[in-house]
Amino acid sequence: MNGLPQIVPHAADYIRLLPEIVLSIFGIVVMLLDSVLDQHSSQRTLGAVALVGALATVAATLFQAQYPGLGFWNMIQVDSFSVFFHFLVAAVTALVILTSYEYMTVQEIRAGEYYALILFGAVGMSLMSSAVELVLIFIALEISSISTYVLAGFRRRAAVSSEASVKYFLLGSFATAFFLYGVALMFGASGSTNIHVIGGVIRSGQIPLLAYAGIALMFVGLGFKVAAAPFHIWTPDVYEGSPAPVVGFMSTAPKAAAFAVLLRIMFEADAPGRTGLIWVVAALSMTIGNIAALVQDNVKRLLAYSSIAHAGYLLIAFAALPNNGIPAVMFYLASYAAMNVGAFAVISHFANAGERYVTLEDYSGLGQRSPLLAAVLTIFLLSLIGIPVTGGFFAKFYVFSAALQANLVGLVIVGVLNSAVASYYYLRLIVFMYMREPRGEVPVMPVPAGVGTALAISLGATIYLGVLPGRVLDYASRSVGELLR
Amino acid sequence: MISALDTWIVSLVTFIPLAGALFLLVSPRRDRDIRIFALVVSLLDFIFSLHLPVYFRRGPAGFQYEVNLHWITNPNIHYHIGVDGISMWLVVLTTFLTPLCVLISWNSIHNRVKEFFILLLVLETALIGVFVALDLFLFYFFWEATLIPMALLIGMYGHGRKVYAAIKFFLYTMIASMFMLAAILWLYAKTGTFDFVAVQTAIRNGQVENFMAAAPWLFLGFFIAFAVKVPLFPFHTWLPDAHVEAPTAGSVLLAGVLLKMGTYGMLRFNLGLFPEQSRSNAWWIMVLALIGIIYGALVAMVQPNMKKLIAYSSISHLGFVVLGIFSFTPAGLEGATFVMLAHGVSTGALFMLAGIIYERRHTYEISEFGGLATPMPVYATFFSFVVLASAGLPLLNGFVGEFLVLSGTFRDRAVYGILGATGVIWSSCYLLWMYQRVFFGKVHHEVNNTLGDLSMRERTALWPAAVAALVMGVAPLLWLNGIEPSVQATLGPITQMASKVVGQ
Repeated sequence: MNGLPQIVPHAADYIRLLPEIVLSIFGIVVMLLDSVLDQHSSQRTLGAVALVGALATVAATLFQAQYPGLGFWNMIQVDSFSVFFHFLVAAVTALVILTSYEYMTVQEIRAGEYYALILFGAVGMSLMSSAVELVLIFIALEISSISTYVLAGFRRRAAVSSEASVKYFLLGSFATAFFLYGVALMFGASGSTNIHVIGGVIRSGQIPLLAYAGIALMFVGLGFKVAAAPFHIWTPDVYEGSPAPVVGFMSTAPKAAAFAVLLRIMFEADAPGRTGLIWVVAALSMTIGNIAALVQDNVKRLLAYSSIAHAGYLLIAFAALPNNGIPAVMFYLASYAAMNVGAFAVISHFANAGERYVTLEDYSGLGQRSPLLAAVLTIFLLSLIGIPVTGGFFAKFYVFSAALQANLVGLVIVGVLNSAVASYYYLRLIVFMYMREPRGEVPVMPVPAGVGTALAISLGATIYLGVLPGRVLDYASRSVGELLR
Repeated sequence: MISALDTWIVSLVTFIPLAGALFLLVSPRRDRDIRIFALVVSLLDFIFSLHLPVYFRRGPAGFQYEVNLHWITNPNIHYHIGVDGISMWLVVLTTFLTPLCVLISWNSIHNRVKEFFILLLVLETALIGVFVALDLFLFYFFWEATLIPMALLIGMYGHGRKVYAAIKFFLYTMIASMFMLAAILWLYAKTGTFDFVAVQTAIRNGQVENFMAAAPWLFLGFFIAFAVKVPLFPFHTWLPDAHVEAPTAGSVLLAGVLLKMGTYGMLRFNLGLFPEQSRSNAWWIMVLALIGIIYGALVAMVQPNMKKLIAYSSISHLGFVVLGIFSFTPAGLEGATFVMLAHGVSTGALFMLAGIIYERRHTYEISEFGGLATPMPVYATFFSFVVLASAGLPLLNGFVGEFLVLSGTFRDRAVYGILGATGVIWSSCYLLWMYQRVFFGKVHHEVNNTLGDLSMRERTALWPAAVAALVMGVAPLLWLNGIEPSVQATLGPITQMASKVVGQ
């Protein structure tokens, strides 16, 4: 072939892109069906198609796992690491579709593109975790971001939702511009946009000063996506305005994908000057998130600040050594996804038409009025606090012990104190549910099948990760070896 | 048959209540059936727990009925449980008090009955778990697990400022146990194991790097978590609030068992893992304990509220336990363990008695009563018996423990012993004075004349406690001969160290 690059992709290349392909096909099918179906009854059919799409993606991911390797001219890489994130994104997508099913009817939102956008967003997120080429990562980031910008504005009759969408869009584009600028500088510094090549240049000794600037700028862009302080300002407003199932989606899946990219940049490319940068951002995120959450009266805003704090805990692991830090991050993301999607499923079910019931006051006496729903939400909240036998406990445990092994005692102390503070505001919600008299005018609907299934799965996952964390952690630890070849 | 039971008895005793709670979770809301079921489960658990002392081998030190299974490989967590002479009795105390709690809550809880008994049974499992766990992680897990049901019991079924009390209780203990978690994590990072025995061996053999520099901090990390639980002065402010607002069953378990988690923790972990630091920190801990004894007693004396009075008396009595533990004498430690058990029985009974009168009058104010001996003679008799037991009358359970603690303390530091002895006097002052104000004299409030005496159910709840108080006072050796070898094993390294110091 005279050393010329091969122009036609192999069949294996397509397998390495299979989850993304499946998601795109189903997204397009949803769009097409939407135009032929009757507007009033299309909702359920489209939701079902999207759900099948998400489940097919889970299957595609499991199939793909048997064919690890590079594809599409070294632009994407299938390894245990990316399979892990593909699985996570697809699972979250399926759960969110299940939650949205009832929600869309209650809110009287009739728009088939909702499901299509979730699927397209998932395409971007999956691609982010398998791309090893900075430009492709950027494209994937844009695919995922643009879908979520639109999704944020889906309660179009509510002004807060439009505000959320515009705010997210403006600040988000600003952040992606930072990321792109960082990519450009990195290219200038290393002569390549491939993460492996960049890693090689950086490890070879001479680190160009430009690389530091590149890393910092990319970190700003991704820091925005994961809602880490000081790039968190958008989070409370956007979470408050967006539809509740969408918040469940965008607080977990895009966050996981952005953390996957960060892991690749920080560890696979061996980014220089990591520890100091992360120390400051992690400490800030935890402290700002937790302290601001103490005074929130809106449950969605409360969980928005809590998600900022959780980004902080997660970042602690980035300052640790890769062998402990990477599995800790992956485990944390999995358990955070389980508990947060679950919590938002409860919230979106409870919010009712027009998302009227989202303040702490509205949750008064839920323990008496709907014991099961309250008990489930309590378990998710206990997991967010980090109480044993929930996934949240081991998530924090692995992060803190990874940091201790890297002798980051200061950061661990900040983290431990923060988790103590955090227990207060989660507890506040539990107190409202169990120790206040119920307020008569807040209706509690029976839990529909879709939400019930989503809750059962996320509850199962939260408890599983809390009782038998070994398998997931072992898998995550194995993928470290592949990531650091 | 017996050998298989020997292996699994501790697991069985620990998880029977949880299984009962899970069954209640899915059963229909028929309040009467739920009460009976909870009573049967807790009684069954008590009967099973009697296996422990009956088949316990008295001679050897160390843990018995051990089970050690892999649970999680990374981190290296084992399901390692077992009991020694000290924890065995605390388990029995827990299983003894729970059926009484069920009986005493029979009528006083009429709202959300199902949730109440679920929480009570879950709490029992968590409490037993704390005493039997031999893996630091497992211990921490059960430790935290006690918090949630207890806080919910206070917050959902309490009176008055119940939410405030529940949150205060939760946050105080939660924040304090964070320090213990940090210390446990440090030990794990250096030794690679959570196993209590393995960590202890590693420390004794000096295989833990940087241990000498870190040990003072680790000691404090554990100590703060335990001191808040005991509660040791000045960490005690959550206790009166929690007690006053808690439902009767909550108070009984709180004072009877939950507080002992703290003193048990000191005995097992502070002394077991850090003998040297325990020795060097003993003087100020004993001072705090003495302040607790005297201050608790003086504050109890001026309380207008019966339940608050009993709560402060707990602070005073638990001060004896801490004093005994840090005297490092066999008598002191045996006495401390015995006081834990005796206090569990008699203060549990006192709280039940306070709850009985609250059910009738809906107040704990001592000034609301007076002359109750006339309308309620049986109640007054039980009350006087328990008050005398609690005040340390010889031949009743309070006396033995306090005597041993004081004689141990005298041997260690005479001044502390003298000061501690005043606590015994104070306690008879406030208890007897309260008794006088409640039961003697004329009935000033007309409504008190109409109060009914104890019902059959209430007597059934009180008799076992009264009998236990008497038997423990008459035949303390039944308990002490199991406790003694374990105390010697705990003290071994400390006395060795002391003789080494003297030898130089």
